Amino acid sequence: MTKAFKIVVLAKQVPDTRNVGKNAMKEDGTVNRAALPAIFNPEDMNALEQALRIKDKFPGTEVLLLTMGPGRAADIIREGFFRGADGGVLLTDRKFAGADTLATSYALSMAIRKIQPDIIIAGRQAIDGDTAQVGPQVAEKLGYPQITYAEDIIDISKGKITVKRRLERGIEVVKSSMPVVITVHATAPACRPRNAKQLMKYKHARTLTEEQDNEHNSYLPLYTMDYLKIPEWGVNDIGGDEKNYGLSGSPTKVKKIENIVFQAKESKKLTSSAEDIEMLMQELISSHTIG
Amino acid sequence: MNNIIVFIETENGKLCDVSLELLTKGRSLASQLGCALEALLIGDNVKDLVPELASYGASKIHLAQDKRLVNYLTLPFSAITISLFRKEQPQIALFGATSAGRDLAPRVSSALSSGLTADCTSLEIGSHTDAKAGKTYENLLYQIRPAFGGNIIATIINPDCRPQMATVREGVMKREPLATPVKYSVNNIEVSESVSDTDFLVEIIERQIEERKIDIKGSPVIIAGGFGVGSKENFNLLFELAHVLGGEVGASRAAVDAGFADHARQIGQTGVTVRPKLYIAVGISGQIQHTAGMDQSAMVISINNDPSAPINQIADYAIVGDLNEVIPRMIKSYKKNSK
Repeated sequence: MTKAFKIVVLAKQVPDTRNVGKNAMKEDGTVNRAALPAIFNPEDMNALEQALRIKDKFPGTEVLLLTMGPGRAADIIREGFFRGADGGVLLTDRKFAGADTLATSYALSMAIRKIQPDIIIAGRQAIDGDTAQVGPQVAEKLGYPQITYAEDIIDISKGKITVKRRLERGIEVVKSSMPVVITVHATAPACRPRNAKQLMKYKHARTLTEEQDNEHNSYLPLYTMDYLKIPEWGVNDIGGDEKNYGLSGSPTKVKKIENIVFQAKESKKLTSSAEDIEMLMQELISSHTIG
Repeated sequence: MNNIIVFIETENGKLCDVSLELLTKGRSLASQLGCALEALLIGDNVKDLVPELASYGASKIHLAQDKRLVNYLTLPFSAITISLFRKEQPQIALFGATSAGRDLAPRVSSALSSGLTADCTSLEIGSHTDAKAGKTYENLLYQIRPAFGGNIIATIINPDCRPQMATVREGVMKREPLATPVKYSVNNIEVSESVSDTDFLVEIIERQIEERKIDIKGSPVIIAGGFGVGSKENFNLLFELAHVLGGEVGASRAAVDAGFADHARQIGQTGVTVRPKLYIAVGISGQIQHTAGMDQSAMVISINNDPSAPINQIADYAIVGDLNEVIPRMIKSYKKNSK
C-alpha cells in the first residue's frame, strides 16, 4: 500500500517586476506599480510542480494552495486548480495589512497548523522582495526542519524525504523527517501547463466575497457546488495573538523609499580627465549603483 | 553585551571572504556605536582560524566546535546561534547572504521575533523619529537594499527589536585587515547545551561543491571588454576594476575570438545575456549582436577612443578616452569615495 500525503504549497501573487517596461513608468520616471500585471510568483510555480509530482507518484495525495493577500489573490488558488491542485485557502484580513516577512510567516504558520500537512512546499523567494525569508521563518514557527533551495524531491519512503538542493556552487542531497518545509529553487523543473479538464471544472471557482461582488450572479447555481468554493480565512479562523499580525507584528519598518528614476536615454559625454571620472564615480556611489 | 556579532562561515578550512567583509564593515559600525565587534565561529576543529578573526577586529570570538558541525546544517547551527543571541543580546547581527546565511538568518530572526533585511547593499548608522509615537530612536542600523526588482532603494530599520539583523552578499563590502590585530578573548560554547540529537535528524547524504566558476550572469556589476582593449594583458586592468567594484569581467565575441578572454565570459547573442545594475563597456564598438545580450542593463557606461562608436548611443555615460588612463582613475576615485 502506498501512502498518500497532504501537501500545502505556499504561493504569492506578485507584481511582475521583471517586466518593468516603458508603459509601466510614470511621468516622473518612477515605476507605476498599478500598471504591472499581478502574476503567480515564478518560484512558487516550481514549488507547485514538485507537489504535483508527489501526487503523481502517490495517488490520493492532496495538494492545497495557501496564499495570503487581498481578494484578487484568489487567482492564485484558481491557477493552482487549473494545473492540478485539489484545493486552496485564501488568507485575507485587513489585520494582515502591512505585514513584513515575520508577520507573514506567523499568519501562514497559524493557517498551516489548522491544515496539518505532511509537507509544506514554497518557492525560495518572491520577485517583489527577493528576501527568501518566509520559508525558513514558517519552518521555525512550526518547529519543523527546513530544506531550502530544493531542485528535486528524489524520494519519499519510510517517513523520510530525500531532496537535492542547489547551493551557490554545488549540490547537496539531504534526508529529513516529516513534516518538513521545503523551498524550491528556480532551477527546479517548470510547472506543467494548465489542464483543459481542470480548467473547465474550476473556472468558476471563487470566494464568497467574489460571489457577493458578482452583480449579475449569473453563476449562482453553480456556486452551490462545494468544490467551487474557495475558503477565505481571517484572523478569527486561524486564531493566534492579534499583535503578531500585520503592522504590529512586523519588527522591520520602511524608513525611506527612493525610486530609481529612469532617465530618457541620452548619453552624457565625458572625457578621461580626473575631474570627469571623479564626478562619475561619486554619482555612481551616491545612487547605490556601486557599493 | 549589546555588541555586534558577525556569523562567520568557513569553506575548506578557510574563512569565507564574505565573513571578512562583514567584519570589516562591522568594525566601522562598532566604532561609530562605541561597542565591541564579536564573531561567532561554528565548525569542526576551527580554532586555528580565530587569530585571523582578530586581525579583522573581532575582540571576542564565540567558538562552537563539534565533529558533527563540519558542514552547515540548519537545526544545530540555528540552535547555537539563537541560544547565543538570547544570552549576549547583540544589538546588531550580520550574516553573509550565502546559501547558509540565507537559510540560517531567517530561522534565527523568527525565533527571536527580530527584524531581518536580506541582501543589503549598504549599512549605516542613523536616527529615526516616529512622528506618530513622538519617539526618537538614536543609533539605529539603516539597512539599505534594492527592492521591487531593483526599481526602488529601500532603507529599512528595526526600531524596537534586537538584534537588528541583516544579510549582505559577497563582494558588496570591502575587506580590510587591521595593521595590528586586536586583543581577543575566546568564549568556548558548550554545544550540547543548546543542540540536541534530534537537531541532527536532517542528514547530508551527498555533497558536491564545485570550484568557483565564472558567473557573470549573477553579477550586479560587469566590466566587459571588446577587441578595442587590445590585448590579454590589458584585460588585467578590467579584472582589477571588477575586483574593486565587486563585479565580474565579461567580453564581446571579438575579444573572445582574439583570445583576450575565456569563452565563459562572452556576452551577446552567442554568449550569455546579462542585465546587471552597471555595465561598463570597454573598447566595445556596440554591434547589435553584442548589445542584444546587455541592453537591459540598468546603467551602461562606455569607455572608447572612438566618439562615434555605436555603443555610445545606448550608454548613459560615454567616456571618450584611453582605457589605460580611465580605468586607473576610476579605481583611485572609487577607493577614495567609497565608505
